[in-house]
Amino acid sequence: MDHTITETSQELGILREAVHRAAKEKVAPLASSIDELGEFNRDVEALCWDLGLLTLALPAEFGGMERNTGTALCIAVEELARFCASSALLLIIQAVGSYPIVHGLTGKIRDRILARIGEERQLVAYLVTEPAGGSDVAGIKTTAIRDGDEYVLNGTKCFATNGGVASIYSVLARTSKEGGHMGLSFFLVERERTGLKVGRKENKLGQRGSNTTEVFLDDVRVPAAHLLGEEGKGFLLAMKDFDMSRPAVGAQALGIAEGALDAMVKYSTERRTFGKFLAEHQMIQAIIADSATLIEAGRGLIYRAASLYDEGKPNTKIASMAKCFTSDAAMKIATDAVQVLGGYGYMKDFNVERMFRDAKLTQIFEGANQIQRIVIAREILKDAGLSI
Amino acid sequence: MFKLDDEQKMIIDTVQRIAAKEIAPRAAELDETAGFPHHAIEVFAQNGLLTPLLPNEFGGVQLSFLVFSIVLEEIAKVCASSALVLIAQADGMLPILHGGTEDLKRRYLERLADDSTQLTAIAATEPSAGSDILSMRTKAVRKADKYIINGQKCFITNGSVADFFVLYAYTDPSKGARGISAFVVEKSFPGLVYGKNENKMGMRGSINSELFFEDMEVPAENLVGVEGQGFANLMKTLSMSRLFCASQAVGIADGALNHATKYASERTQFSKPIAALSPIQFMVADMAAGVESARLLTRKAASLFDEGEEKRAGVFAAMAKFTASDTAMRVTTDAVQIMGGYGYMKDYPVERMMRDAKLTQIYTGTNQIMRLVAGRSLLSI
Repeated sequence: MDHTITETSQELGILREAVHRAAKEKVAPLASSIDELGEFNRDVEALCWDLGLLTLALPAEFGGMERNTGTALCIAVEELARFCASSALLLIIQAVGSYPIVHGLTGKIRDRILARIGEERQLVAYLVTEPAGGSDVAGIKTTAIRDGDEYVLNGTKCFATNGGVASIYSVLARTSKEGGHMGLSFFLVERERTGLKVGRKENKLGQRGSNTTEVFLDDVRVPAAHLLGEEGKGFLLAMKDFDMSRPAVGAQALGIAEGALDAMVKYSTERRTFGKFLAEHQMIQAIIADSATLIEAGRGLIYRAASLYDEGKPNTKIASMAKCFTSDAAMKIATDAVQVLGGYGYMKDFNVERMFRDAKLTQIFEGANQIQRIVIAREILKDAGLSI
Repeated sequence: MFKLDDEQKMIIDTVQRIAAKEIAPRAAELDETAGFPHHAIEVFAQNGLLTPLLPNEFGGVQLSFLVFSIVLEEIAKVCASSALVLIAQADGMLPILHGGTEDLKRRYLERLADDSTQLTAIAATEPSAGSDILSMRTKAVRKADKYIINGQKCFITNGSVADFFVLYAYTDPSKGARGISAFVVEKSFPGLVYGKNENKMGMRGSINSELFFEDMEVPAENLVGVEGQGFANLMKTLSMSRLFCASQAVGIADGALNHATKYASERTQFSKPIAALSPIQFMVADMAAGVESARLLTRKAASLFDEGEEKRAGVFAAMAKFTASDTAMRVTTDAVQIMGGYGYMKDYPVERMMRDAKLTQIYTGTNQIMRLVAGRSLLSI
């Protein structure tokens, strides 16, 4: 287990040790069957509640961290993803879905909802993506129309992680006819609201233990107090959420990459070919060296981005770099791990083929890597006086 | 370059039609259920294409390597597993053709003739002998007019469905490479025991089996050529098989590129098709350049085999194999990327292509071994 220079706080070190041990002892043995069945695992969820990992991003009185929330999330995600990326995804989405609530919900209802999450142990999902609105968030068509003291929501959300297992949803919808980013607002919608229906569960290449569904909103009425943040400011809230979530996605990729490196080191020091250990061949050493180098570089970016977030400093550029760089690295490392394990790596008896499939998602979700590059460039060019 | 005559063009047309009508529609189901492409085998056999390299004198259509390469490409564009069945078929046929006595050729190759649906395979890999094939432990001991064979093989494509297959075993382990011999083994031979079929990440429509030999009796006349020639015989087949794998990889890559470009033209984001966005254009350009480069190298290798330039062909086949399979891995990964969340779902074929592509970097000699083969030959080491 690697400790990073940013983990100066004893509390974070303890967290890493605890999650590592639980992930290795309790989650790792389940990872293969979770993938093969393609089903959400309630035992893993319970374990994550017990460890306090599903409340990390809530206010302290509801089980959250007093400080270092972003770093703590990355640590927990990384350690889980080493052994089971699907389980790590659960944590990311819980934090991402809670963010608009934690930072946007006010009034009496706030404590009730936070207690429902933190004390009643209920999952949150984040309903932003739509069939026609993926990378292009401004393309969102779901509407929220004010009607007296209520808003009425209509639309279809897709690829919603935890869609079928969550009780609480943060929904991004259009509140103004004017197009673009500024007409979007977040709403809190509880599962039991009339008109909310969970659609089919997706059959995915990887991260098959996470529950990804369509969610339909058909004349769903919520009180006006369920507006999260200000009307028309939903996009900005989503962008701030990304500052926390993108390092966490990077941490998931980092965990997958570390799991893959562990597997190739283990196999290559046990497998003998041409009279020596596989690891004694220089071409295998080069693969191991490149993988470990990418991992260290990714780790640096991720924990830098997370600590900037924790200090309340701008981190958008570094957060995107962390996500983009580490997910590309994870895809490469997992592909190489299958290669090092050869025919065995291609079989479901070993874990690296799952890591290969899991890694691919990290290049796509929370903003495709093509979008991350645009974000990074935009931040750099903004400093140079060019606004794009 | 690589001109085809009218008859060859007709064959490719036929294969394209079969691929579109019979194979493509069932590719997803074949993958999801990890079935076996009986439908593809039937239709290939009906068209005399199940063993298309089989010479005329044994009742085959005797395609050139170039045309066979294009056939594999066309099939792999829609279903890599179906192409793999044809590759295993060629792999099982070639060692007999190269090394067998006239009697052995007549007895076995003619069984693959015309519209036969008989399947064959090649069995060399063992749990501790993959890239390092000389580490094989399977042994054959001569006893009167039989060989008694003991050992095991693994990952054998078509293994448990082959009617007969070519098996490699040591007849004299003290001689190293010159102590390996090849045998034709029939499904019915006593002592042949089938193990599990593997549960694979991709190419799930092909069968890969464990085979066990427990005092298996093989008639002495089923020895391919003479004792000790097995390794050379295997190397010759493998150098050709690398061409087949490269052709399959080119097909997978091209298939994924087609899906990605189609999607990019239809998918609207930011008020225009994503094809209008320059990052997508750059990706597609790189993917297409990769596919075309790999295709040219692969066809060059095929032509060298057709011209009988076996040594150069072997080097080109090795280069084509790692180039095409690395390209396929990159192009399929990028195709999933272009299609985003949709690409990651099993409703679209690109995630399957990405899983299928990975095997082409591994089988019939990992790409690390391919680079050694090419590098050593180029450096005369």
